[in-house]
Amino acid sequence: MIRSEILKDIAPILRDQLVVCNIGIPSQELHAIDDQPTNFYMLGTMGLASSIGLGLALSQPKPVIAIDGDGSVLTNLGTLPTIANNVADNFILLIIDNGSYGSTGDQPTYAGKKTRLEKVAEACGCENVVTCQGEDTGKVLQAALASRKMTVIVVKCDSGNARHPVITMDPVVIRDRFMKAVQA
Amino acid sequence: MNIDKKIADDLVANDISFVTTVPCKQLAGVIEEIEARDDIFHIPANKEDEGMGLCAGAFMGGKRPAIIMQNTAIGVTINTLATLIQYYRMPLPMIISYRGELREPVACQVEMAVHTKALLAQLNIPTYHFHWQKDVAELDNILKYTFMCNKPVAILTDANFWGGYGDQ
Repeated sequence: MIRSEILKDIAPILRDQLVVCNIGIPSQELHAIDDQPTNFYMLGTMGLASSIGLGLALSQPKPVIAIDGDGSVLTNLGTLPTIANNVADNFILLIIDNGSYGSTGDQPTYAGKKTRLEKVAEACGCENVVTCQGEDTGKVLQAALASRKMTVIVVKCDSGNARHPVITMDPVVIRDRFMKAVQA
Repeated sequence: MNIDKKIADDLVANDISFVTTVPCKQLAGVIEEIEARDDIFHIPANKEDEGMGLCAGAFMGGKRPAIIMQNTAIGVTINTLATLIQYYRMPLPMIISYRGELREPVACQVEMAVHTKALLAQLNIPTYHFHWQKDVAELDNILKYTFMCNKPVAILTDANFWGGYGDQ
């Protein structure tokens, strides 16, 4: 199972939540599968989806799901101790771990080799870390939402990308409609 | 005048309630003041670009954010400033310890100091430089300006402003 198949599977769950989506192909896939005003697409700035998601979760009460990748978490590894030490029970970090840098040509990441992000998250102090296979993402995500506990989910799946166009929406429009959805 | 208290008071008066920091010796007092305030949520960041991500999220969640960091961070955050804060047009006051200026004892700090204003100018970031204690009187207006124009704004605070690095 590849990331785009997982996103298709969980789109009905994501639709009702605030979502901060990782740069590049993940945002393109989510945008093509189910564009919503409640989706914040990152057009640049690799690595910061989890930080933006945490800042958002700490600043308002609605649940927030940050969709990240293994490569992006490795780029901003300092995010995991910050998340662990600033618990926001309305925050879910969903790491789609396909062991590769998908947007740049599927080069392998260290998470696809010896590094286990779930163990890194635990070592950083994250209290609810769940690892699952791509097929079980929806079930695990729903359980995390129901638990009302900050959760880090590491989804193991295959490397690969769906072909979708780049997002041409103006960034200020993405941000403005997202902020209106946050306040709604 | 207690500069640390004045800065925290101005942040609160401008409804800034989410502050991320990466420490500097010159900023120790203001960071301590912010940590002690009940009306400010203080979240230390491990790196300044991470801190800017937190601020972006907080802004979209309805809070007014600020970041407190060293000028060396300009080297770390150029991409984040251009592709997140500026591209999505978000306000971000940056209170910056301007290391490597007059009364600086550490030579290496000068190496980033000589690039700091040029980099900020290249990014079209409005930049203010506090050199004397009395300069802090402008902070309130700078914060209002930042949230009026929805831009990142730099406030450089050098060792002279803080009373001399290491001999405060």
